[in-house]
Amino acid sequence: MAKVFIYPATSLILSDLVARFGHTPLSAAQSIREHIQTAGLESPPLQISPEDPKKGLKYAAVEVPSGVRGRMSLYGPMIEDADAGIIIHDADLAFGCMGCARTNELIVFLLKKRNIPLLELSYPVNDEEGAEFVAAIRDFLTRLGGVK
Amino acid sequence: MSEYIPRYQGSVTKYIFVESPEMTPQDLAVRAYEISGGAMIKETCFGLQVTGTADEVGKIIVALRELDPDHIFVKDRGFPPGDPRRCRANLGGARPGFFGHEFEISLIRHVSYGLHALTGRNETSIPHPPSPSTEKKLDLDKLKKLLDAQEP
Repeated sequence: MAKVFIYPATSLILSDLVARFGHTPLSAAQSIREHIQTAGLESPPLQISPEDPKKGLKYAAVEVPSGVRGRMSLYGPMIEDADAGIIIHDADLAFGCMGCARTNELIVFLLKKRNIPLLELSYPVNDEEGAEFVAAIRDFLTRLGGVK
Repeated sequence: MSEYIPRYQGSVTKYIFVESPEMTPQDLAVRAYEISGGAMIKETCFGLQVTGTADEVGKIIVALRELDPDHIFVKDRGFPPGDPRRCRANLGGARPGFFGHEFEISLIRHVSYGLHALTGRNETSIPHPPSPSTEKKLDLDKLKKLLDAQEP
């Protein structure tokens, strides 16, 4: 069972398909859950502590907006931990302010830099593309050693 | 600053989305309540949220998926249900994350079709997947030449 980083990291479709074909999706939810279930989070009601942007320094320089570093403190360790990745390009939901947009660019860059198996796709817009989309993900995950 | 005490520590929360012509979130909820054991089930407009230990939640998901495997989709959730940082009862407006789900749910029927269609096809009859645009962007050297040409 491989750990597959999904991008967009909140994608329902990718999260489901990766789990359905027998692997572990690495999504935003897991790192956020781990974060908010840790006692001693210092700044409620926010879900980020002053330490997080410092952890993000490993992935983004100090001049980079703190929002990028805060987000990278969640995504960065997962990217390091991933055995493979699936990227959907031009996802409408992956837009946002400078923090989100630059984090998204950095995530894709770091995934490519790691030289792990990557599958790059676009969202399906009709039924035939849906079949191709699912087939591509199934074949990619099977090559990683899927169970189904 | 008040002390932070995490709720539902050690629990796992999963969204279960149903987008099916034959099943409603209510049908799914009734089945989930039957087999829930100690897990917390919350029915929503799109499906369910299930909160409990990883084992409990995993068993419920396996059982629910069997009802309509091509039309039931599961996703992890970081926050437990009703968390004041995310619950729209406290914030007003759409819950953060709603728009992402709304976008993907609008496409998910194609994925359901794909899951259904693949079971009846052999591998050679599946065409290439939709690939990202290969349109070339402006080359860096070309941009530099353009900039140099503009300088007095």
